[in-house]
Amino acid sequence: MTGRVSTAASPSNSIWRRIHRSDAWYSFITSPTTVVAMMATVVIVLAAVFAPWLAPHTPFDADSVNLGDAFTPPVWAAEGMRTYILGTDGQGRDMLSALMFGSRTSLLVGLAVVLISATTGVALGLSCAYFGGLLDSFIMRAADVQLTFPSILIALLVDGLTRAALPREMHDAMALYVVIASLSLANWVQYARIVRGAAMVELRKDYVEAARVTGASARAIMFGHVLPNVVSPVLVIGTLGLALAMINEATLSYLGVGMPITQPSLGTLIRNGNDFLFSGEWWIAIFPGALLVVMVLAINLLGDWARRVLNPRLR
Amino acid sequence: MLAQVGKRVYQAALVMLVVAVIAFGSFRFLGDPVSNMVGPEVTPDEKAQIAAELGLADPLPVQFLRFLGNVLRGDLGRSYQLRQPVAELIVERAPATLELALAAAFLSMIVGLPLGIYTAVRSRSAVAKFAMAASLLGVSIPSFLLGILLIMLFSVDLGWLPSFGRGDVVQVGWWSTGLLTLGGLKALILPSVTLAAFQTTMMVRLVNAEMLEVLRTDYIRFARARGIRARTLYFRHAMRNTMIPVLTVTGLQVGHLIAFSVITETVFQWPGLGLLFIQAVNFADVPVIAAYLLFVALVFVSVNLAIDMLYLLVDPRLRVARR
Repeated sequence: MTGRVSTAASPSNSIWRRIHRSDAWYSFITSPTTVVAMMATVVIVLAAVFAPWLAPHTPFDADSVNLGDAFTPPVWAAEGMRTYILGTDGQGRDMLSALMFGSRTSLLVGLAVVLISATTGVALGLSCAYFGGLLDSFIMRAADVQLTFPSILIALLVDGLTRAALPREMHDAMALYVVIASLSLANWVQYARIVRGAAMVELRKDYVEAARVTGASARAIMFGHVLPNVVSPVLVIGTLGLALAMINEATLSYLGVGMPITQPSLGTLIRNGNDFLFSGEWWIAIFPGALLVVMVLAINLLGDWARRVLNPRLR
Repeated sequence: MLAQVGKRVYQAALVMLVVAVIAFGSFRFLGDPVSNMVGPEVTPDEKAQIAAELGLADPLPVQFLRFLGNVLRGDLGRSYQLRQPVAELIVERAPATLELALAAAFLSMIVGLPLGIYTAVRSRSAVAKFAMAASLLGVSIPSFLLGILLIMLFSVDLGWLPSFGRGDVVQVGWWSTGLLTLGGLKALILPSVTLAAFQTTMMVRLVNAEMLEVLRTDYIRFARARGIRARTLYFRHAMRNTMIPVLTVTGLQVGHLIAFSVITETVFQWPGLGLLFIQAVNFADVPVIAAYLLFVALVFVSVNLAIDMLYLLVDPRLRVARR
């Protein structure tokens, strides 16, 4: 790193200037893969967020879908149609629009899972470090037990048991929440462990002692003083966790225990296309698959960059 | 040393107990066990009688102990969907999953280990750079998608390999094996490659990182200065110290192989435990889900226990009781 020493804030030190001079910006702009990954992420996220306005068709509205257009190949194939740039699936749904709505669901689930599991994990990890004792050993034993099993297996089991508890006709309506809950339950452990470890170190430092002396409450010390100092590993795990959550969600949906076809994620779209592989309609499964890989790869690369920037030991 | 072993065994037993409670709870409280066992034409009186026979009116601890006793005797209840004892189903399906998992573990070892060493030793070569980049891609491809791509290429386009099932199976006692016929081996290729892909990338990255670490140490530098041949240096001196973490991960992989075999088996319609489990989840077949939970936990706990024991044997430092 070029270790620039920032001079005292002069009036011309606008926020852009400061960003421009930061180490993070330097390591970002000098790494072409990170820049490409960032651009890919931004394009996909924008397309997903604005899908209801940008998508050329409304693929999951039964009235607007024309069954006669089913199995239209992409536009560059001989039988391709202009209106369906990436072709249609077996129900005549436009693939491009389906992809936009699908990545919307995938991103929504991924972000929700990261948010919930990170919040839970951070809160539990901080409490463990701060209070110690019985609470600490109880939560950490639970974490140990859970960590012996891979997260996708936990998610599958929670998902399976929740489905068994719900009446059959509610499965589709509740699918989004079941998927988010089971993936969050499978992922909180990492956050809790890393935050607990980092917070234990912080709690021994003088500033915490000083805060204690001033009579700050436990909550104020944990969230106001310790949390800001342990947040950077959480950001790194969160980024990589987003990629993992999206893969796991796609896997659940592919296995038929995730999102229903009325509210599909990329995994549901791949499952839907799987049946047509043998009859030559490859695009129905391959496009959502490719989009998923691009998204996950881009997010993983951004996560690697975040780790380089936020972990000074790797410099 | 004995105290350490005892502690590990106690922890393992605790985990199994927790899992048993979860399995019992889901079996008892998710859905109505009686109406799931009998047809819709049964009267409420008969239902009440069956419930009494099953002892559903007893206090919960009594029911739990009875459940534990049944499980220990190998009675895991009957599947709601297949109307067959669950224990029978598991015995029937286990060989398929175990053969798949073993084949995948073998593949990831014979590919991952040499490649990991190579990428560390020749870290600047084009092959090493390519392998490391490919391993990042390997982590980003969901395994079901890889399976689909392999099917597209080798089954649909080239027509070389079957895309589903186990091919020809030979019965050896109660164990049905696909390893003895050409058809069975051909059917094993795509699923085991799919299952092994993620493990292999993990193995390459891990061995690479460990090896780079070891190669930086003083004893390797001195060995090199002594003029020891490169091959002896890498394979005798460096690899030995790389193997300890690799051992752990290999053990943990057994669990991952089982978890991911659920996915692989669904993609390839491989008639193993994973497919059984997914069908059970779709059908809300609680006894099968609970039994699978117990089975997987048992495998995990015993593997982890075995690794811990192995550690105590391999690394003398761990035998000292820590205060």
